[in-house]
Formats: sequence, structure tokens, C-alpha cells
Amino acid sequence: MIEVNTVAALWWAVIASGVYHGVNPGMGWPLAVSSALMEQKKSSLYKALLALAGGHLLAMTAILLPFSMLYILVDYQREIQVGAACLVIALGVYLLINRRHPRFLARVPPHKLGLWSFLAAMAHGAGLMLVPIYLGICGTVDTDAGHAAAETLMSGNIFTALSVAAVHTLAMTAAGGTLALGVYHWLGLKFLSKGWFNLDVVWALSLITVGVIALVSTH
Amino acid sequence: MNLRPDPTFHATPKLAMEAPAETLAFTLMLSPDGSQPDGLAVVDVDPTSKTYGEIVHSLFMPNKGDEFHHFGWNACSSALSPLTGHAFLERRYLIIPGIRSSRIYIIDVKEPLKAKIHKIIEPEELFAKTGYSRPHTIHCGPEGIYVSTLGGGGEDGTDGPPGIFIMDCETFDILGRYEMDRGAQDKHYDFWWNLPRDYMVSSEWGLPPQFENGVVPEDLLSNKYGHSIHFWDLRARKVSKTIDFGENYQMALEIRPAHDPAKEYGFCGVVVDTTNLQGAIFTWWRDEDGEWQAKKTITIDPVPAAVDDLPPLLQGFEAVPPLVTDIDLSLDDKYLYVACWGLGEMHQYDVSDPLNPVLAGKVEIGGIVKKTPHPNGKTFGYGPQMVEISRDGKRVYWTNSLYSTWDDQFYPGERGAAMVCADVGENGGLTLNKDFWVEFPEGYRSHQIRLEGGDCSTDSFCYPSV
Repeated sequence: MIEVNTVAALWWAVIASGVYHGVNPGMGWPLAVSSALMEQKKSSLYKALLALAGGHLLAMTAILLPFSMLYILVDYQREIQVGAACLVIALGVYLLINRRHPRFLARVPPHKLGLWSFLAAMAHGAGLMLVPIYLGICGTVDTDAGHAAAETLMSGNIFTALSVAAVHTLAMTAAGGTLALGVYHWLGLKFLSKGWFNLDVVWALSLITVGVIALVSTH
Repeated sequence: MNLRPDPTFHATPKLAMEAPAETLAFTLMLSPDGSQPDGLAVVDVDPTSKTYGEIVHSLFMPNKGDEFHHFGWNACSSALSPLTGHAFLERRYLIIPGIRSSRIYIIDVKEPLKAKIHKIIEPEELFAKTGYSRPHTIHCGPEGIYVSTLGGGGEDGTDGPPGIFIMDCETFDILGRYEMDRGAQDKHYDFWWNLPRDYMVSSEWGLPPQFENGVVPEDLLSNKYGHSIHFWDLRARKVSKTIDFGENYQMALEIRPAHDPAKEYGFCGVVVDTTNLQGAIFTWWRDEDGEWQAKKTITIDPVPAAVDDLPPLLQGFEAVPPLVTDIDLSLDDKYLYVACWGLGEMHQYDVSDPLNPVLAGKVEIGGIVKKTPHPNGKTFGYGPQMVEISRDGKRVYWTNSLYSTWDDQFYPGERGAAMVCADVGENGGLTLNKDFWVEFPEGYRSHQIRLEGGDCSTDSFCYPSV
């Protein structure tokens, strides 16, 4: 019963982090509004959201898949979890000290939204934040991991990684899309400057928190 | 860093127009002979204030001979695009380059009445890091602060072409040159862009030996000043097309794109057509096939004059050329203001149809021959020059000096600094406000004006007005 709850909680964390990424204007939803207004077509809003989602999904997958491969080393699962947690904490601390945004992101042409979304997610460690949660899910599923064949384990892990990335991206897109549509139809662009909060510090602290929780729960 | 976007950042030009009106203006003061340090005047432009039209604070620099000209903000409404990654910058610093010294001042105006120097970038640093000199136009954009320059390297600024360099928008460190492929661009003046459409347009004045000691009549009459504009792929940093207006269209200066980024057109002012002394405005636009086009859409005729009324430079022509030296477009993209510095006129064109501008209003003040006084009776020296429009489009401010050595050629003798304001009528039209007249300190001339919270030639918008 406890394990079912843990799994559910972890999946909720996947969704919650998606919503958190999605509502942050810095992750791109205002670009969908801009697209629709520039092209004077509502379909451009959906197209832009799709491009943003594609880039984000790719970034999540690119980070999670290597961990899913690593995680078949059942004897080192704890070490991998500890390592991943430390990595997330380190990135959080780095972002807390270095508040500068990577300038190369500004070189991406505005029509390459997918690429921008991918790079933005990578640069801010959006994928890395999911790793401890993902490893937690893998850990609860594989209670008899030691006995399972490596192949089964791996395909299971990969499937979980893809699911986590997909669910997270879906949550992000739903949240960002809701705001984009809301601003496009009702709220107007004034909402953008009124409703945008500087989450840089909160974001860095979130990374550290996720890492610390993961560290504590492995012990 | 702010926790919320700066309240003076606006997503669309329309939202910027609806924001509270400016209460302060920042005006550059230059000492034409370099005998005094240049300065920044903070002018009260709040009509309800007791000190309306007065300089309420002045900041003078620690050096002489900078020759202040144009300046700009460290951050503007363009920060509201997630693509820039710095939505929480403050609009707090004015970047003021010395066009003659190549020195750059960063002035902190968080408390405008206590404006202070935040940082000084010495010319040697600019030369070493960019190979450019004589910094000019400032715009804040995706990669930081972009600064155009009028000179290349070497003593006279002709060692290599001038160009644009980028400064970090937080530390103000010079990061380096902007260009990767400048194509035919070998002179520089102004630049501006459309950020979501990812293009930039730049213009040409002339090389430093062609302006520093005054206009060179032989160069002008042999059409050696700039007459082309360049269209750039902004983020690829490449010229994608150059349009030559024709060699007689000498000195293509101010670039004014439509503020609404959904529109793909803009204007460029040409000082003088050497075949007939007319001033001209070109409209440039992207056609249905995505090609850049440009066409002359406004001409302003010279006015015949008696030889005795003219400075030596113009006596052979027996006419006053309009000398279109600055233009500015209101935030709703409706009115284009054209300063005719020679004639002593400020024109207002309705450019709702950008290819067919219609003269909607006109003010006469100063001028080489007319010397029209201000309605308050005071003498307005020189002619209308640097023009700035309030965000709401209801007030138009301008000063009267062009450039120290050129002032002396076209308007010999010291004529004094001025800054005036005109009110825009409900359906166009322009009337000088007789209560607004700024007295500047002795020996100074006045150049560009910036309005508190951004104005019609500072902010770049990333979302269309709807």
C-alpha cells in the first residue's frame, strides 16, 4: 500500500513539475501568443505550442534515457541515485550563484522555437530536475530487480523514462497552453508584464530541494 | 534584477501608449569647442509641476571634448520576449557615448535627480576590443546592448569599416563585434530592427574625415557620403540585401521601422538630394515575395534665398536646402515627424499608408533664413533637429543642434541651445507650446532627448498591437 502511494506521489511530482515549467513565461508560452498575433492565425498558437513541446520533450528524453541505461546496473542503483541527486543539487547551487542567462540562447532565430525550447530546457536543467523523481519511480517498480533479466529491466526503464518525459511535457504544454489561450482570448498582453515573476532563485532552490529529498529518501 | 518586469516595459506599442505620461526628459548638452565638460540635463516635463520646462538636475562628466550626440537605455520593452532571457532587468542606466572621444559613460538614473556615473569605458578599451571608434546609436536587444559606430580603427577612423558592437546588458563589458558578414556595408550611422521577424536595417552617414571637421563640400557634390541601407539577418549577423537609393541621395540617416512588429516596413530620412537640394524620405518594405524594396515617398523642396542671407557654404546655390537631419515615428505608426534643420520647419506626415504619406501639420521655428522666433518671443537658434515623441503621441519635443562643426558651417556664430515642445492635435496638426522653453547653461548646445520610461526611438516591441 505504501509503495502504491509512493508511486502515485512520484507521478504527481512529474505532473507538478510540468505545470511549474509550463506556467513560467520564460519557458516559452508568450511566444505562442506572439506567433498567433503576428500571423493573425489562431492555428499558429497551436503550432508554436507544439514546437515548444517537441523541444522540451526531446530535452527530457535526452537527459532521462542515459539514466535508464545506467540504472540496469542493479548493484549500483543507490550510488546512481546519490550521484544524480548530487548533480541536481550542484546545478541548483551553480544557478543560485550564477544568475546570468546563457547568451547563446539569444542567437537562436525566433522561428526555430523547437530548438530554442530544447536548448532552454537543457541550459536550465529542466530535464535534470526530473531525474531523481524518475529514478524513484524506477526504484519502486523494480522491487525484485535483482531477479529480472537485464533486457526486461532495460526496456522497462526506457518505457518509464519515455512515459515520465511525455507526462511531464504534456502537463507543461497544458499549463502553458492554457495561459497562452487565456492571454490570447481574454486576458490580453498586459497579463504578461503583470503576471511574470522572477523565478530564478525559486528555480535554483527547487533543484536543490528535489536533490535533497532524493538524497534523504535513499537512506 | 527585479522580481517583476520593470513597469516601463510594455508588450505592445499600444500598451506603451496607454502607460502614464513622461514627467522627466533627459537631454544631452555638448560643449561645441570642448572648453567645458559635456553633460546630461534632467528636464521637468510635467505641466502640473512648478518647475515645468526647467532643468532640475545636471550631471557633468569628468572629461572634456567627448561631444555627446545620441544615447539610449540599458534595457527596454524588448526584454519581455522569453527569447532574450533577461525579463527582469531594470530600465535604469543611460548609455552615453562621446562621438568625438569614443568614450562611453554608463549613467545610473534610478533616482533621476541624483543621476550619477556608474561606469566609464575608456576609448582604448573600445578600440582594443572592437577595432571600431566613434560610438553612436544604442539599442537594447536579444544579445545585450548593440552600439553602432561611425569609425573604424586608426587615428582618423578609416582603418577598416565601422560597424556595430555588443555590450553585456548587466556588466556593460564590451563583448566584441557584431558582424559576421557585412557584405557591402562600409559606412555606418543608424540601425534598428524587427525582433520577432529577425531582421535589422542599418544606414550610412560618412567616414570620420567626412564629418569631424565639418561637411566636406567636394565629397558631398561628388556624392561620396552614404546613400544605401542594409538589411541584415539579425541573429545570423549577415547582410541579406543592400538597397542603394541612388548616389545623389546623400546621407541616409535615421532608420525608423514600424513599431508594431507585425508590420514589415519603415522609413529612412535622406539629408539632401544633390541634384536639386531636396530633402527626401524613403519608405522601405518587404514585398509579398519576401524581397526588400524601397521607394522615395516624401520630397521637401529647397527655398530660394538671397546670397547675403546664406552662410558661405550655401551662397553658390542661392537656396536653403531643407536638410532632413532627423525623423521619428509615433508609437501607433501613424505620424512621421521630419526635422528640416535648414528651413527651420518641423513637418508632421500622416503615414497610415506608408507608401503615400500626407502632410498633416507643420511648425516653423528657427531656420537659416527665416529665423522664426518661438511663440514666447525668444530666438530659437539653428533649426529643429533631434526630435522625440511622447509615448502617447500627444507631445513632440525637439532640440536645435546638429553636430558642433556642422552647426558652425550652416549657422555661423553661437546661437544657443534650445529645447521646445509642440502639441499634437486630435486629428493631426502641430502647435508649439508657448509655455515650454528650456534655458540651458551658457556655452552649451543641446542634442538628443530621451523620455523617462522610454520613448518612440528607444523601445523595441516583440508583440503586435491588437
